[in-house]
Amino acid sequence: MMKQPGQLPPYIQALRSRERWRGAEIAFWLSWVAVYFLFPDSLLFASQILITGLFALSLDLILGYAGIVTLGHTAFFGLGAYTAGLLTTHGVHEPLLGLAAAAAVAALAGWLTSFLVLRGSDLARLMITLGIAMLLLEIANRATGFTGGVDGLQGVEVGALLGLFAFDLYGRVAYCYVLVVSFCLFVLVRALMASPYGLTLRAIRENQRRAVAIGVPIRTRLTNIYTFAALIAGVAGALLTQTTQFVGIDVLGFGRSADVLIILIIGGMASLYGGFLGAVAFLLAKDQLASLDARYWLFWLGLLLIVMTLYLRGGIMEGLRKLAALTRWSRT
Amino acid sequence: MISFLGILFDGLAYGVLLFLISVGLSVTLGLMGFINLAHGVFAMAGGYLLVTLTGQFGLGLLASLPVIFVLVALGSLVLERVLYRPLYRATPLEQVLLTVGIIFVAVALATWLFGPGQQPLALPPYLDGQLSIGGLDLSRYRLFLIGVGIVITLALVFGLERTRFGARIRASVDRQQTAEAMGIHVGRVFQLTFAIGSGLAGLGGALGVNVIGLDPQFPLKFLVYFLLVVVVGGPGSVSGTLLAALLLGVADIASKYYLPQIGAFVIYAAMILLLITFPHGLLGRRRSS
Amino acid sequence: MTPALETLDLCKSFGGLKVTRNLNLTIAPGARHALIGPNGAGKTTLINLLTGVVRESSGSIHLNGADITHVKPHERVRRGVSRTFQINTLFAQLSALEAVTNVICERERERLNVLQRRFFPLSQRRGEIDEAFELLERLKLADDCLLQTRYLAYGKQRLLEIALALAGRPTVLLLDEPAAGIPEGESDELFAVLAELPRGISILLIEHDMSLVFRFAERITVMVDGAELVTGTPQEIAADARVREVYLGTRHD
Repeated sequence: MMKQPGQLPPYIQALRSRERWRGAEIAFWLSWVAVYFLFPDSLLFASQILITGLFALSLDLILGYAGIVTLGHTAFFGLGAYTAGLLTTHGVHEPLLGLAAAAAVAALAGWLTSFLVLRGSDLARLMITLGIAMLLLEIANRATGFTGGVDGLQGVEVGALLGLFAFDLYGRVAYCYVLVVSFCLFVLVRALMASPYGLTLRAIRENQRRAVAIGVPIRTRLTNIYTFAALIAGVAGALLTQTTQFVGIDVLGFGRSADVLIILIIGGMASLYGGFLGAVAFLLAKDQLASLDARYWLFWLGLLLIVMTLYLRGGIMEGLRKLAALTRWSRT
Repeated sequence: MISFLGILFDGLAYGVLLFLISVGLSVTLGLMGFINLAHGVFAMAGGYLLVTLTGQFGLGLLASLPVIFVLVALGSLVLERVLYRPLYRATPLEQVLLTVGIIFVAVALATWLFGPGQQPLALPPYLDGQLSIGGLDLSRYRLFLIGVGIVITLALVFGLERTRFGARIRASVDRQQTAEAMGIHVGRVFQLTFAIGSGLAGLGGALGVNVIGLDPQFPLKFLVYFLLVVVVGGPGSVSGTLLAALLLGVADIASKYYLPQIGAFVIYAAMILLLITFPHGLLGRRRSS
Repeated sequence: MTPALETLDLCKSFGGLKVTRNLNLTIAPGARHALIGPNGAGKTTLINLLTGVVRESSGSIHLNGADITHVKPHERVRRGVSRTFQINTLFAQLSALEAVTNVICERERERLNVLQRRFFPLSQRRGEIDEAFELLERLKLADDCLLQTRYLAYGKQRLLEIALALAGRPTVLLLDEPAAGIPEGESDELFAVLAELPRGISILLIEHDMSLVFRFAERITVMVDGAELVTGTPQEIAADARVREVYLGTRHD
């Protein structure tokens, strides 16, 4: 490989090209901007999709990149949601402060519980994470004075964003708020995964034994990513509270945990966009079928899960990758 | 009068039910490492079979039990062949997703066939009511349950410790590769064990209709309890499952009476603490792969 | 002279099974030291003990005079102990370039600030990537360095195993059967790579390919049933009757 003075060697160019923003990515985010103008009556629904996608992204960091199976990730979502809500009921109405508080609380919880998920067998880990989530659900259920219990937290009043933009009934401000926050966090995650640190995470997932043998401190890295994922989940929860002005007890429920796992399966894991794509597909489908009997929804969902695990691994992203491989004929 | 002995008694009966349902899950988990969250579906099937057999077909309760055992065992074999077997070498996540999918389908089917409510079950007169023993009024049905539990536990222990098939199971749980090298057909052993375990679950579900109730949400509602029993007792260990099931049964009933405010909180906290201290369960064997 | 690596009365038992018995192994600085012995002699366990993946039952391990018996595995790598695996233990979906760059970035971790490590793209680490590429060039792996590891030929993967260990700039290199799976007589490319390794690296080689062992090693230890049978020069070992008895009459010249 000949190096021209001043020109980058081919292998650097290859790495660079992979880090550049693809046309499809830009199109993806622009289409969310377009949604603001094209579907002005569905902005609240669109916000929900973005929030769910963000939550799925946070789970993907643990599941897809670090390979840790957890059923308790909603705990962080719920913690963020309640923190944001409780902040307003105690007089702090600025949404950005609520966001920051939710992030801090969720991150702290993530950091404190990270040691639990780094030991033990897969099943023990599953049980511990499930147990913690159910524990928090019980606490939320019982501490009705604090959390509102089953009826949810009442009196959540989110103030105007930066003191300027009040949340309107049509969800216009809310949507822009959610979109900007989601995009910023996404850019952060994308940069993280493209950095040397992201490379070590991929190495850990690919072959943990070898990662140790090349000097990677596994526990520290996994603890970091777990904490960071908890932070993002907390932010997603806070966004939900702030855009719906309500905190229901389902933010801690098993249903949400199951939903987001399904979303990652549909969308594809360890791909950054799998969470968002899966959320779009899942929530649109759910919305369409909502008019039908709840029994049918559960039945088809179950069937979908069975079929997907048996025959279609990798979800939408894998399908897209295969398509891209066919058109670009590259194996890197 | 709610006395400590009464709570102990109720707790033991509840524990027996949990044991019957969970023991199959424990052995198959220890045997194949397959995370089957849908195990509760077999219990639910047993429950609905009992309701149908005694209701629509007019069969007696005692007569229905062996029928239920056989039917659920056979049904589980079909499920194993078609759905589980392709995923034995898959990641835990995929196993979780498959079995969650099975739960959803089962719940939907049960709602469609039987409606969303609790199933009432009429007990035969000789099992209804109370029996007075040593000054305590004990429920006849729960006495029956404990009796059944003792019989089945003895049968399981005898089967595992004294029969050749039991020896094969134990060998396969301990060292799968060595067992295969010794000519033990681990796949066959597993199938039979899976069937027996599922049959027992069906039995447990049927016997439990009157104690813990039966509705389409059963596999989801009790999922945590079954997993808890298996994981705390240690996958692959029958005695561990029994111990954990009895502990959980008594603890759950006791906490409902003595600490109604805190409720399930204590159970979950205890489980987390136990799992942290014993990552492989109280009496679990480490699976060698 | 302080040995590069030495074990003092190293013992390891799994339950009742004694896998390593009172092993006193000394690897001199710059050594070309081979470890041979029948299957089941405990050679791979020894490497696992030396790298810290398996905890010893008793005894100690010293790196350049310093006691590393209680040092964590990834810490030992940073202190200069690297190993290869008998069965390819590679990062299947990473390219060779990414994998080696990963090792180097990890090695140079302290030099970078948080932003460089975590938020700036990998391609900015020119120094590390260039060094990775040069290493791959030396091992004749440069042509396919952008291909995912799982698409590389077996022989190339074997070389990548060594590349990953070398990228850490070790002072002690533990090679666990690098010629495994390579037909005897075709190990020339591998031998060339090993012969070119600088004297700054002390090497312990576990191998069954006797032609490779006797071409490469300056000192040989024979291990049987977890204990050392005899240590000596290749000539001494070849002439030793006990070795012939234990081993199956290998031809080496």
